[in-house]
Amino acid sequence: MSGVELTADEVRHVAALARLGLDDAEVERLGRELTSILAHVNTIAALPIADVPPTKHSRDSADSLRPDVARPGLPREDALRNAPDPSADGFRVPPIGA
Amino acid sequence: MSGIDVIGLTAERAMGMLRAGECTSEELTQAYLDRIAAVDGDVHAYLHVDAERSLAAARAQDAVAGDALSGVPIAYKDLLSTKDVPTTAGSRILEGFVPIDDADVVARGNEAGLVSLGKTNLDEFAMGSSTEHSAYGPTRNPWDLTRVPGGSSGGSAAVVAAGCAPWSLGTDTGGSIRQPAAFCGLVGLMPTYGTVSRFGVIAFASSLEQVGPMALTVRDAALLHQVIARDTDRDATCTGPREPIVVPDAGRLDGITFGVPRAELEEGVEPGIRARFDESLAIATALGATIVDVELPYSRHGLAAYYVIAPAEASANLSRFDGVRYGLRVDAPDVRSMYEATRDAGFGPEVKRRIMIGTYALSAGYHDAYYVQAQRVRTLIRQDFDTAFQGVDAILLPTAPTTAFPIGARLDDPLAMYANDIFTLPVNLAGIPALSLPNGLSDGLPSSLQIIGPAHSENLLLRLGAAFEAEHAFDVVPPSMRSGA
Amino acid sequence: MSAPWQRDGYEAVIGLEIHVQLNTASKMFCSCPNNFGDEPNTNVCMVCLAHPGALPVANAEAVRQSVRVGLALGCQIPDVSEFSRKQYFYPDSPKAYQISQYDQPLCGEGIFRVPGADGFTVRLTRAHLEEDAAKMIHAGGEGGRISGSAGSVVDFNRVGTPLLEIVTEPDIRSPEDARRFLTLLRATVIAIGASECDMEKGSLRADANVSIRPIGSTEYGTKTELKNMNSFRFLERGVEAELERQLGLVQAGERIDQETLHFDPTTGTLSSLRSKEQAHDYRYFPEPDLLPVTQDQESLAALAGHLPELPVARFDRLSEAGLVEATALVLATDTGLAAYLDDLALRTGDLKIAANWVMGELQAHLNADALSAVQSPVTPERLAALIALVVDGTINQTAAKEVFAALVADPAATAAGVVQDRNLAQVGGDDALGEIIDAVLAAHPDEVEAFRGGREQVIGFLVGQCMKQSGGRADAKALQGLLRARLSS
Ligand SMILES: [Zn+2]
Repeated sequence: MSGVELTADEVRHVAALARLGLDDAEVERLGRELTSILAHVNTIAALPIADVPPTKHSRDSADSLRPDVARPGLPREDALRNAPDPSADGFRVPPIGA
Repeated sequence: MSGIDVIGLTAERAMGMLRAGECTSEELTQAYLDRIAAVDGDVHAYLHVDAERSLAAARAQDAVAGDALSGVPIAYKDLLSTKDVPTTAGSRILEGFVPIDDADVVARGNEAGLVSLGKTNLDEFAMGSSTEHSAYGPTRNPWDLTRVPGGSSGGSAAVVAAGCAPWSLGTDTGGSIRQPAAFCGLVGLMPTYGTVSRFGVIAFASSLEQVGPMALTVRDAALLHQVIARDTDRDATCTGPREPIVVPDAGRLDGITFGVPRAELEEGVEPGIRARFDESLAIATALGATIVDVELPYSRHGLAAYYVIAPAEASANLSRFDGVRYGLRVDAPDVRSMYEATRDAGFGPEVKRRIMIGTYALSAGYHDAYYVQAQRVRTLIRQDFDTAFQGVDAILLPTAPTTAFPIGARLDDPLAMYANDIFTLPVNLAGIPALSLPNGLSDGLPSSLQIIGPAHSENLLLRLGAAFEAEHAFDVVPPSMRSGA
Repeated sequence: MSAPWQRDGYEAVIGLEIHVQLNTASKMFCSCPNNFGDEPNTNVCMVCLAHPGALPVANAEAVRQSVRVGLALGCQIPDVSEFSRKQYFYPDSPKAYQISQYDQPLCGEGIFRVPGADGFTVRLTRAHLEEDAAKMIHAGGEGGRISGSAGSVVDFNRVGTPLLEIVTEPDIRSPEDARRFLTLLRATVIAIGASECDMEKGSLRADANVSIRPIGSTEYGTKTELKNMNSFRFLERGVEAELERQLGLVQAGERIDQETLHFDPTTGTLSSLRSKEQAHDYRYFPEPDLLPVTQDQESLAALAGHLPELPVARFDRLSEAGLVEATALVLATDTGLAAYLDDLALRTGDLKIAANWVMGELQAHLNADALSAVQSPVTPERLAALIALVVDGTINQTAAKEVFAALVADPAATAAGVVQDRNLAQVGGDDALGEIIDAVLAAHPDEVEAFRGGREQVIGFLVGQCMKQSGGRADAKALQGLLRARLSS
């Protein structure tokens, strides 16, 4: 699969998944760039390593669980401090829409 | 102007001055602020400096009977959250964002009494190798202001090289501490994965990155690493170092065996870099070490594997920037358009590139061919290192195949930019430590030696680094930055 | 199995996805309080709000409780499980991914038995641990539905609540069986104390995957997913409505679309949810911020060994002890009532008598006073003393009911004390009863004559009169014997 070329529709599909609103120029440029990057990435596609276990975690398992102890949350004013559109007690968002 | 000459001043020496009462932290901090005021307009390494805040912190340290490092200034990469101090990750999407808590490493710095001088520039979300991808403009290399300082921790490197901080913290996901350290003639340490807390570090690729020190000397790097390498209950992957970090003295290398993966050096390495590297091998031999060949056959696939795994993790890590709870929001009539408009306006081109690659690689139909295959390569790269370390104590490579390149030279060629990290990426994929230290000049620009060790070998790497450092006798101050220059 | 849903040659194929909020003190991946009903955005932190740099750390107790639920449901518990990121953008998901589990869940396959004469088994696919989403308060919209143009406010209190998702195979064949299965599963989770499972508060939520197929077919038809059925009744009605809808479509020769449907209990109708959104591509991958969770066999054995008696086992025990199925089921699924029963049976030495009291007087009183068994002023100890007075003949059933009411009314009263104060002891003994009989017979010569003339049924009237004379305290059995003897002498 070394000859992958991303079509504009594929670029738009991926951008939609990632919620990136790209304009046509960006779609065109990213299509080219991604195609060339993926061509390089595809150099590993043909390696006969199907029986090699993938590295799923960065390090061996450790005792990494947390005791179930509750601590108070943030004061609400701190929670809302960075909000672009806070209400009195929450985070406002536009309608979900169609 | 204060009378303290901070150019080339090591943190260890600064600590000595403070403890001997030769100066106060306030005077020292003021000296750095003066230096920043004098040269940062050219270098553009800081994104945020709050002189009053820094001086207040210094006075607070002066007011208590400080010990060890208390009162020594430091600079933090702007990827590290700082409570009540703006933190941008070099991105428009976080413009105006003020964290509600410190990153663990910053908290450790505060506990040690370090005084923050400010936040340093970086490639947006640490994605880059030149600091040109900062939304706030590029940082320039103090060795040559027309060149990049490396990246992504380019600001953290440039402030130290320019005498605008005695040392700094950076983060390393694929070389982001070591390569800018190399370009700016500094020492940089990439620690073993899981020994330094990532809490509060704005995530790029969670399974690859660690925070590490950037400093003028190996001893300074060790001193700063002592501060940050600690267990935490806020990062499930972090258990701290296995043994206390020791500040090394220079010594001989008798009994040490270095491995050199010669096959990896055959292509793409600048002659000057290669010449300096070969000189270091001669130094090692002269100091009593043995040099043998090692093979890392899957390392050459590290770049491809990295450019699947890191973007895949990044695509998820950066999804939280959605204009709801913090950061930029571009208004739109419905949620989905708001997301798309906000993220389109907030992210720069390199970040979009990586989000797109990562989303594509994880999407239905491609997941196994890209993501799983890359993780298999990762397993093999780890195995290569494991095998090599059965026969050698450490592996030597240049940190980067080139010296600092001119600003703009690689901006239009992402693959050429990525290729600058070929010697550093495999280390992140394996989760092992590596030390980068100055290795002489090539055409007037710093060259660098990378010493790679097995997991938890930081003390060994620092000791080996100190031995090379003493032989190199590298002048860490760039000519144009020298006093009176 | 109770009568399967079968219409016009088609049968129902139903699977459930059940979300159980675990009642830990803190949330799944941060230490914020896991509380329901607090002021909006007060139980939140950097992790809840997905601030840059915030990292999850998994709650050991949530893992432990999940494994206990898995063991109680008969699931295999793998040695290693891992968390994964499930990606979707929505304002209720602050990271735009939910930390969930993908191919390595905490609990693997299992089999759950719904006992009884028409019992059945349901295969469990898995149970995995994840985090709950935030709550959207839709300004101007009605009843939490996603509509209107006024936008919403997000409350992140609920985000990160530990959520165990239990997934079944499509083994259920009728809406009623779906309800029965869920009732027993809920009782099991409550019995081990992992969750309150309150459907109204959302601590138990069930989605149903529903399809129909020709009877005898082994293939599955296109399924739809029903969400938001927040009571057992709605679950049954919603599934019923969807089966009818699908049958209607099939019979009209139309296609069934794979979609998510929302059941509106006020109208009893189903409406399509998010139908305009493209098919989900969740882009799962292992959560790099969390390490795999390992289980060792020794700890698992210890956890399994310390589970309390589970409803299914309790049902079997009570049935074997001779209780009728309906009674056994009620007691099996109500842990509080069952504990009361066991305590009472231990004190009285007779499970059946104890069960009659628990199912009768006690339950009526608990319902009337809205109390749980453990809250009742009539403790097993007090009730056992009352039952003892009935068993030894001191009082009869009528008096016993009065004593019970007195025990409810006065927590300080004792059964014996009430009997004494109100003079409720049975009038037994030949002398005392003889006096009453003499008086009654003397007062009703015509009836005596009629009895002796062969109208046997008159004895009922005479017994009643004697009982009345005794103030209801006469030992009815003894009375009838004596009366007969006297009349035939
Ligand atoms: Zn929280």
